[in-house]
Amino acid sequence: MFKLKNIKFRDILTVDELELKAQQVTCIVGKSGGGKTTLLKLLNNLISADSGTILYKDREIDTYNPTTLRREVMMLPQQPVMFSGTIRENFNKTLRFTEREPASDEVFKDLLQQVGLNLPLEADTKDLSGGEKQRVALARVLLLHPETLLLDEPSSALDDETEDFIISMVVDYTRKRKGTLIMVTHAMSVAERFADVTITLFDGKIQRVDTLNGTL
Amino acid sequence: MDEIKDVTLIGLATAYVFLLILLSLLRREKVGHQWELLLSTFRMTIQLVLVGYILTYIFDNPSVWFSLIALLLMQGFAILNTFQRVGNVPRDMKRIVVVAMFIGTGITIFFFVLWVFRVEPWFKPQYFIPLAGMMIGNSMTGITLGIDALLGGMKDNRALIENALMMGGKPSLIVKEVSGRAFHQALLPTINSMMGMGIVFLPGMMTGQILAGAPPLLAIKYQIAMMLGILGSVVLTVFVVIKWGSATFFNHRAQMK
Ligand SMILES: Nc1ncnc2c1ncn2[C@@H]1O[C@H](COP(=O)(O)OP(=O)(O)OP(=O)(O)O)[C@@H](O)[C@H]1O
Ligand SMILES: [Mg+2]
Repeated sequence: MFKLKNIKFRDILTVDELELKAQQVTCIVGKSGGGKTTLLKLLNNLISADSGTILYKDREIDTYNPTTLRREVMMLPQQPVMFSGTIRENFNKTLRFTEREPASDEVFKDLLQQVGLNLPLEADTKDLSGGEKQRVALARVLLLHPETLLLDEPSSALDDETEDFIISMVVDYTRKRKGTLIMVTHAMSVAERFADVTITLFDGKIQRVDTLNGTL
Repeated sequence: MDEIKDVTLIGLATAYVFLLILLSLLRREKVGHQWELLLSTFRMTIQLVLVGYILTYIFDNPSVWFSLIALLLMQGFAILNTFQRVGNVPRDMKRIVVVAMFIGTGITIFFFVLWVFRVEPWFKPQYFIPLAGMMIGNSMTGITLGIDALLGGMKDNRALIENALMMGGKPSLIVKEVSGRAFHQALLPTINSMMGMGIVFLPGMMTGQILAGAPPLLAIKYQIAMMLGILGSVVLTVFVVIKWGSATFFNHRAQMK
């Protein structure tokens, strides 16, 4: 799905060669500051590499309309930001920004349930806890049914039990829809349990790539 | 119309004396700011005296060129003043401010001069210059407040906008979160002045005409037309600045600069 070659982004990230396959769960791990977020942003085309090529579905990523591309390859940031207003307004704005048809409260309520939130749609998002915000942000993304999910530490603000619930849910969701999941995580346990491929980044370089069948 | 009552030089001098007494009071009470007030009084006096002579000359020798040059000078001054007051306006945004000021005030001024006030000839300086001045001045305030709110809003909401971009949000739709506020901020003074008009205060132009002996009903007709012109000019310039200005925050890959 993604093929990176000779990528360089400032002195932050250098990737000689990397392939990320469709319909797989890829985890990206590594020490803080290693370039994990930067890699996701490159795949989301939120930033462009200084040199090298990124092919998405065998076409140079910069030849896609960036907005259309992001609707297929959607990123959840490490520190998601709520749009102002209630949870319902957050869903509505998400649909509006991405030029989708409006959806019913039923759809929104199902999504909240999916991420394990038992909150009214009228709840003001500025009053939510960190972990609740993180899950509303995930629900916003799931509302749009992207083909590929780029999640940047989607469980960083969650307790172990909720983390487990959320990650399992996302992995199931992806596998059921034959989608692709690329996820940054700090929890090795998550990578070990769910990843088809684990990429370890260290100091802006790929240190190792582990697949289920062994180290590449 | 009655003859216009002159303000005598002695009368004017008395006004300065009144101000000087106030300033010495400020000094004695250590309130400070007396130099600032003195300087602004001085500047105002010099500027107005100069303008008085220039206008006298232009009124005596009306010409298309003088009127157009006056228009350009006023627009140019308004643009520079905006840049000074907001500070750190990015290059792209500056270009748009210039375009918006020329288009927004230009269209409105010519529309009102030609078809509302029906000035003949259209460049008659007694009408053309003050009408243009009022529209440009108010548009300048609008633009200043508008881009200030837009720049501040984009800075404060950077993470939010980036978050929405990551989900495939369309930049022009996302910035509405910020630009709507900027538009409101920009129009607020104009809206407030229209709301309070005639009740809280009498507008300057109308006061001037009444003091100069014009019947109030004539003065309000002018004032209403003028207010509509000001509103139109402010809305148009601010709309252009915000609409085109919002796009300057993104590059061609819909990434935030
Ligand atoms: N826009 C930028 N300008 C300058 N430096 C940046 C920028 N973005 C990231 N960096 C730097 O690049 C390095 C990698 O950042 P990145 O956010 O990709 O790390 P990370 O692996 O996601 O770390 P963490 O686990 O802490 O989130 C860091 O040292 C960071 O300070
Ligand atoms: Mg990170």
